[in-house]
Amino acid sequence: MTTTLPKAPAGDAGPPPSGPSRARRALALARNTWRGLTSMRTALILLFLLAVAALPGAVLPQRTPSPNAVDDYLAQNPSLGPVLDDLGFFDVFATPWFSAVYLLLFISLIGCLVPRSIEHARSLRVEPVAVPRNLARLPHHAQSTSDDDPDAVVAAARRRLRGWRIVVRSEPGGVRTISAEKGALREVGNLVFHLSLVALLGGIAIGKILGYEGQVIVMADGSEFCNSGIYAYDSFRPGLQVDGTGLDPFCLTVDGFRATFRPDGQPDSFDAAIRYQDGEAVQSGADAWVPHDLAVNDPLRVDGERVYLLGHGYAPRFTVTFPDGQQRVGLVQWRPVDQATLLSEGATKIDPPGVTDEAQRRRSQLAITGLFAPTSSGGGLVTSVFPALNNPEVAVDVLRGDLGLDSGRAQSIFSVDQGMVDQGRLVRVARENIKPGGEITLDDGTRIRFDGVENWVSLQVSHDPGQTAVLITAIALLGGLTLSLTVRRRRFWVRAAPALPPTTGGRTVVTLGGLARTDRAGYGEEFGRLAAELGARGEAEPDHAVPDHAMPDSAVPEEAVPPEATQEPSVDAGGEDREDPDGR
Amino acid sequence: MVVDAQLGQFGDLLFESALGVYVLAMILHAVEHALLRRPARAEESAREPVGAAVGGGSTGAADVNDAPAGAAPPRSRAERFGRMGVSLTVLGFGLHLAMLVVRGFAAQRVPWGNMYEFTAAICLVAVGAWLVVLYRRPELRRLGVFVLLPVIILMFLAGTVLYTQTAPVVPALRSYWLAIHVSAAVIASGILLLAGVSSVLYLLRAAHENTPTRLAWAARLPGADVLDRVAYRATALAFPIWTFAVITGAIWAEAAWGRYWGWDPKETTALVAWIVYACYLHARSTAGWRGRRAAVINVVGFAVMVFNLFFVNLVVTGLHSYAGVG
Repeated sequence: MTTTLPKAPAGDAGPPPSGPSRARRALALARNTWRGLTSMRTALILLFLLAVAALPGAVLPQRTPSPNAVDDYLAQNPSLGPVLDDLGFFDVFATPWFSAVYLLLFISLIGCLVPRSIEHARSLRVEPVAVPRNLARLPHHAQSTSDDDPDAVVAAARRRLRGWRIVVRSEPGGVRTISAEKGALREVGNLVFHLSLVALLGGIAIGKILGYEGQVIVMADGSEFCNSGIYAYDSFRPGLQVDGTGLDPFCLTVDGFRATFRPDGQPDSFDAAIRYQDGEAVQSGADAWVPHDLAVNDPLRVDGERVYLLGHGYAPRFTVTFPDGQQRVGLVQWRPVDQATLLSEGATKIDPPGVTDEAQRRRSQLAITGLFAPTSSGGGLVTSVFPALNNPEVAVDVLRGDLGLDSGRAQSIFSVDQGMVDQGRLVRVARENIKPGGEITLDDGTRIRFDGVENWVSLQVSHDPGQTAVLITAIALLGGLTLSLTVRRRRFWVRAAPALPPTTGGRTVVTLGGLARTDRAGYGEEFGRLAAELGARGEAEPDHAVPDHAMPDSAVPEEAVPPEATQEPSVDAGGEDREDPDGR
Repeated sequence: MVVDAQLGQFGDLLFESALGVYVLAMILHAVEHALLRRPARAEESAREPVGAAVGGGSTGAADVNDAPAGAAPPRSRAERFGRMGVSLTVLGFGLHLAMLVVRGFAAQRVPWGNMYEFTAAICLVAVGAWLVVLYRRPELRRLGVFVLLPVIILMFLAGTVLYTQTAPVVPALRSYWLAIHVSAAVIASGILLLAGVSSVLYLLRAAHENTPTRLAWAARLPGADVLDRVAYRATALAFPIWTFAVITGAIWAEAAWGRYWGWDPKETTALVAWIVYACYLHARSTAGWRGRRAAVINVVGFAVMVFNLFFVNLVVTGLHSYAGVG
């Protein structure tokens, strides 16, 4: 993506003498648009636009990773928030304007890559350029005499220049020359890097189309989860072509969970003991389960899915004994409100047993709601001081009446419907702090016992068939990038001329010249070494001691440098990857 | 994991010593810079006609030599101060390195698990990169004050605002990827700091070269083309390392968070910085964009890196909120 298209011959671009027809003008417009789009300048601006467009995604909360933060932001900024929302600023990476920028950029990239790849493939077959007339004008040059004849000198030089692209030519008067080139890998790396970018985008697209992500909370008491459909999840984000059928039907059970904490409350380790069956085993009805220790940073990889341990929390277990002696057990996850101490809130909802009359049922539903502290502070106002289960206590309200579960409205599993409380249809009948084993007795003789606490784990199942491709292209991208920034393109010339008169020390005058076409540093040393090996004492200037030119960079436009093909090679002005017409 | 508190305190002491030595080194370099004024100007006016005569597309750094060629006078006062500054920088680097090693042993892990350590490590790399430049191009010594200034500011912030006691890291960070991904980010950031400083100085020097009456003090800086080249070299070296850091970050995220890319604020800003540096590398090889415009882009890239370090870690909440700053 670093070159402009070669200019078309002038006759092609100018208006034809017969006057431009409409089709011709349309063609010219299309061609100019295409040229404009694939020019380096446009690519640069698009690249910069991409950076600018992505920035709000870092500064503003985004729906994809954190929907709650977006809601908070909207609540705090009632005037600005909705405007930003309409413009898509809370879902930047899915907006049309963001997509437009990167799609244009990739079109521009492809439009540049294709001709450039063809050009490079062609240039690999073209012979290295002829030896400049005056090698002494090059930044690196050397001269010596040899007792061998020119042919022998050239043959010896060829042996030294193994690994270089070489062509041997003859000049009038028995003069033999070598033109050598090295560093074509730079452009190869450059092309690989940019092609990998395009492939990378393809890999990402595969994941967005065919992948999915689902979260589920599973009680760590031997409960089972099966990847049998979307309904098995608490939340599910499907790819564009995922309808939830045909998921790999693996199953797992969570047998236990263990968290350890340091004295200051910082978590030290999380481990869930699970057993699983892959889809094949589930379908064959086999009874074999594979035990596995699921930990943070170490997902379970089964079939094409990965299972992650994302979080954990507590679920207090209550046993309600009704006046008639019947019992009901309530066990549902409560959610941590403070990640540091795992103080949790929730609502355990219980239907009275054996009540068939709807009206009666709606008067006697129970909810146990409030706070749970894994390590209670004690006292009347319970809070948690440590995240481990050292001194668990609940501070709960017991509500009786209509929970509104049949109202058809969705309600949170972590709280009761406040509307029912406000209407007086759900009434508080007790408020107490109890520890495991403790009981609350209600006015009608119903006893609620706090039995103990279970752990729950939050799992995520991810499926992304494109990610291997993304990894491979990312590695290729890095390799190409490294090549394109480290390999130096350089040229080396040898001219072996018969000495005139032949008595001046040797039979052959050997002149050497060197030119680095990218990044000059370091070539001086290599040139000196080559020259020494070829028996010449190098007059190569040290890398950086070239006389300073009076004008600053910007005053010397690149185009002013004469092209190398004129046999007057220009001194590379320290520019890396120049756009100069490649003299061949 | 046992934390050796005493060793940790020793590390803090080393940190303070390194910072103090850097401050001294910067003062010496500042004195060097102040003393440079006259010789640099005389030299320049003497050379001008020669440079004009040579002209063409050549480039170089001849005017950054302290002593004019031919004459071999005793070391000037400026040079003596500069050399002392370099010695102290080396000493500070040693203390700095020892601090991170001690911290690592105290915490029994790689010493870049929170923002304090991360920032300290970036500064170490920046100073190390600067010493490498000095070793290869001793004539650039006069830049010492400008390189040490941001390092000292960052280390001061690290030691005050960001300071955290030696401690083990949370389970999410317990992975060999911490050593790989974060070291790459540290190395790239440190080198890019040097690139950013060079580009800022380039802009000042180029402005002076265009209009010699403006920014007269910039006459004491090395030539614009030299600064441009240092900035380019540093960026071209750091860019693949930064790419590697982003890629290994994605690989780690795949293992830790369930997806290789999730537009976490840190991920997004890292990508933005990557794009800006890609812009710089392209701009520098495009006629009409190299020079001032490219340097501006490089400075913007550095600004994004700083934004990524401070704003995203401290203000925005994301998965990378490991600063440990309470």
